[in-house]
Amino acid sequence: MINSVLDWVEDRTGAVSGVKHFLYEDIPGSSGWHQVLGSVAMFCFMVQAVTGILLALNYAPTPPDAHASLRFILTELTSGRLIRGLHHWGASMMIVVVGMHLLQVFLWGSYKKPREATWMLGVVLLLLTLGFGLTGYLLPWDNRAYWGTVVTTQITAKAPIAGPYILRLMGSEDGNIGVQTFARFYGAHVLLLPPLMALLVGLHVFLVRKHGVAPAPVETLPAKKFFPGQVFKDTVAIFVMFSILFALATLVRVPLGKIADPTDTSYIPRPEWYFLFLFQLLKFFEGPLEIVGSMVLPGVAVGLLFATPFIDRGAAVKLRQRTFAIGIVALAAIGWCGLTYAAMSSTPHKDPWQSFTAEEVAAVGSFRQGQCWQCHGVTPGDSKAGPNLADIAVHEERDALVAHFQKNAGNRGLKESQMRQLATFLKKLDDESVVAISSTPVNVVSGAQLYMSKNCGVCHAINGGGGKSGPPLNGVAKRRDRVWIEGHFVDPQKFSPGSMMPPYKFDPTEMANMLAYMETLKD
Amino acid sequence: MAEELVEKRRGFLVGSITAMMGAISAALGIPALGYLMVPARERKQQNWIEAADLTKLMVNQPEQIIFQRVRRDGWKVVSEKAAAWVVKTGEQQVVAFSPVCTHLGCAVSWNAGDKSFACPCHTSSFSPDGKVIAGPAPRPLDRFDIRVEGNKIMLGEVKKSAEA
Repeated sequence: MINSVLDWVEDRTGAVSGVKHFLYEDIPGSSGWHQVLGSVAMFCFMVQAVTGILLALNYAPTPPDAHASLRFILTELTSGRLIRGLHHWGASMMIVVVGMHLLQVFLWGSYKKPREATWMLGVVLLLLTLGFGLTGYLLPWDNRAYWGTVVTTQITAKAPIAGPYILRLMGSEDGNIGVQTFARFYGAHVLLLPPLMALLVGLHVFLVRKHGVAPAPVETLPAKKFFPGQVFKDTVAIFVMFSILFALATLVRVPLGKIADPTDTSYIPRPEWYFLFLFQLLKFFEGPLEIVGSMVLPGVAVGLLFATPFIDRGAAVKLRQRTFAIGIVALAAIGWCGLTYAAMSSTPHKDPWQSFTAEEVAAVGSFRQGQCWQCHGVTPGDSKAGPNLADIAVHEERDALVAHFQKNAGNRGLKESQMRQLATFLKKLDDESVVAISSTPVNVVSGAQLYMSKNCGVCHAINGGGGKSGPPLNGVAKRRDRVWIEGHFVDPQKFSPGSMMPPYKFDPTEMANMLAYMETLKD
Repeated sequence: MAEELVEKRRGFLVGSITAMMGAISAALGIPALGYLMVPARERKQQNWIEAADLTKLMVNQPEQIIFQRVRRDGWKVVSEKAAAWVVKTGEQQVVAFSPVCTHLGCAVSWNAGDKSFACPCHTSSFSPDGKVIAGPAPRPLDRFDIRVEGNKIMLGEVKKSAEA
């Protein structure tokens, strides 16, 4: 039965002999584990295609719905987190695998004549992969996406002559990012790049087949068939890669942050890790030299990569005879690692609660006082009787939430105003800020609760929330020392004559908590 | 003998390739099915909307009322117009029918002449208590959850009617 179907397919299309031709291709006897990386890279691309299509089936590709729909995917849909995790980590995985593939081909000298075109096509594929990363980074439309892309567009905008045109091409006017830029990035990410990539991968594989898999300098073993020996090795490598990817997607949560906020001046933009070296490089070139870091050096690097087969034309394939070439690659690798490390260690760490308003920090206190944690987990996978706040989005109406608090924690001394604040806070929770429920220090929470009970927010603002008649309190600890702040509470007029602030008598614990809170307020 | 070994090795390799590819396909395919087919996490949320005034209705005189309701639509919360046919059946008793024909979803309207709800698409008609009188409709009109508070008529969700 199967045979007759296969015969029919073969007779009408020739597909069977086509596949056979592909599988039973002769490859050099020396082929082996070192040559699996190309297949793994291609498989990475396929995983990205599958997970990308799945995401697109529940995604609204325009701001601000992009953020809302991704949140919907993460918090409401079965396996939504897994699929988004696979796509996110898959992107990084693909960069790593493509990088390893490039390195292997380089170290084995497989780019040499007659395989120069295969190599150059490979460099184009590397650039396309980076293009996927660049355009995909904007699509979650959270602060990280927005600010990361702002930096990218600003860099390209500084290109000589072409700058404004590139910016225009990216749908951005005077460097602002809006729906138009988003549409262009999305369009490139899902309509332009995928078919281009597929086409060029096909060509790349065609060229590999045309010239044959690169042999060892001296082949001692007889040629063998691609299937099943080498296919088995490829499959094992693919399986290992996929297992790591699956583990990352399940175990390491990719947070979806607050929705993109162009007015959020406190956000510290960082690109994805594989672009960090460029980001760091720019710190060394200031003013008119900036273009050296943003355009010249990356341009030279890409140019060198393209030209590698023509620079290194010697017949020598053995590593020991190519110390110069190897040295350059080693230097580039060290430089890349160093820059990436420097960029990572210079990224200031900011806990989510440090961006909260006083009301929000106090709400963390209400959550703890109400012992909500008895039923609700706040870290991923912490299963308790009630819904886990790290896994869901709170959609209930505020009144319904307050009623829920009254019913389940009414006897724990929370005032109605506190319950209302807690309800407001819970509705705003996202993947990043939910951490604050467990991570905000106790004395800071007590300080914020005291701050709320004394209505300090009527005159003062913290992180943008509060009144304007008094000075904002962010960075107060930088402007004044502890003695001044403490004395100022007790007798404001003594420290700042003419101040309209009334004196506050705190007991020593209260004062300590209040000072602890004041000291954490960053600029 | 050597021939046999080669054949065995080949069988092992092909078997392993199939198994590994199968495992990967399952690891992608099963979550994908859940992602596409399992409905979004359910939120039990009954919103009662004040839709009409009891005193303004006449007994057994169906009245179409239009009201604004808030509905969650995937990742969006939409505020939209909705309609219901409200029939006062007693002093404090009211029923509210969904205006959607149970056949293929056209909007039914009240025909005062022969005292029935008529569907313009395939001529289904329903009695004032929602039962099918004629036409291809498979079951009575669906009803809204309803609550009467004083003179206020509050509407909840539409409940699917049972097959006749």
